[in-house]
Amino acid sequence: MMEILSIIGYIFLSVGAVFLLLGGLGIFRMPDYYTRVQAGTKASTLGAMSTIIGVAFLQPDWAVKLLVILVFIAFTNPLSSHVLARATYKMGQKPLSKENIDAYEEVDHSTSRKPVTNKTTK
Amino acid sequence: MQTFSVKDFFYSWIILFVVWLGFTATLDIYEVLTGLLVSLVIAYYTYKNYSHKGLNILMPNKIFYTLKYLLVFLRALVVANFDVARRVVSPKLPINPGIVKFESQLQSDFAKMVLANSITLTPGTLTVDMVENTFYIHWIDVTTTDPGEAFTAIAKDFEEILIKIFDK
Amino acid sequence: METSCAYPTFCMVIFSVMAIGIIFGMIRFVKGPTASDRVVAYDTLNVMVISGLVFLSYVFQRYIYLDVSLLYGVLGFIGVIVIARYFEKGI
Repeated sequence: MMEILSIIGYIFLSVGAVFLLLGGLGIFRMPDYYTRVQAGTKASTLGAMSTIIGVAFLQPDWAVKLLVILVFIAFTNPLSSHVLARATYKMGQKPLSKENIDAYEEVDHSTSRKPVTNKTTK
Repeated sequence: MQTFSVKDFFYSWIILFVVWLGFTATLDIYEVLTGLLVSLVIAYYTYKNYSHKGLNILMPNKIFYTLKYLLVFLRALVVANFDVARRVVSPKLPINPGIVKFESQLQSDFAKMVLANSITLTPGTLTVDMVENTFYIHWIDVTTTDPGEAFTAIAKDFEEILIKIFDK
Repeated sequence: METSCAYPTFCMVIFSVMAIGIIFGMIRFVKGPTASDRVVAYDTLNVMVISGLVFLSYVFQRYIYLDVSLLYGVLGFIGVIVIARYFEKGI
């Protein structure tokens, strides 16, 4: 019985590690900020969830604490990336788009601060 | 001014105490007593902010839809993750990003928050902003700019269940 | 070192794969080019470090590492939110 549980745990751990690698690769390869959020943060979120579930299979005593960490990641991660994406748009960084698909332009952004800190460094 | 509501206060107390149990992960008598006391104090000062909905989600007729929502969401999460992983790995980066918008039928703020967070957590779509009922979504592979079709592609599955949970 | 890992080589491979992902995130963190890119790399690194700590807590059988990873996550989340508020409105 314990062997089956630990094999399931190792499978989850492997999937999680691969998705963490893909998250890192995505944040490295993607061309602009918004696509980096998509590929990086989200893939690594599933990787972290899978890793935590795998450890919960390997160590069933710790399941409650691991569940707390899992729920915490699932709640905070979309929040921080959403807040950061909106702040970045209001700083004046438009998304890269081949056909200029940008429906968010129509909103009044005048309450936000003018971009001062967003200098590109080499 | 809002008057003291015993029901809301007990809801907050119970939820905070469950969170405490999750954090400490033990049933030691001193830990539990400390948790009861601390969550009582915190609940007394903050129950007005935290109990707009009460324990609405855990009502017996809604818990079925809550579980169903979790299943639908997990399936969408895994499918979309593999999709984005394929895009990341392939050498030519087959992406076509852009920001689309759609209208949502949801009424309550909490339901809209859940929908926005679900959209953000599924890879490929990212909620940039929400003005009244209009969602602005950054989409990694734009197939349509029409609001109705974008709604069908991104949020239809989630919203059908969320309406049953929250807006009935 | 004494570990609880049933297959030490396999655990080493898993940890190496995670570490390669973290290295890619670090490269983006250093390269930028804008402030937002650095913050999103920081956010991703947070999640990766949390899962790395959880995995290490299993390998070395230390329950306290779970508390450490939870606290790390809380502090990183607050940091990202504060930086985003600063970008949007200033302090």
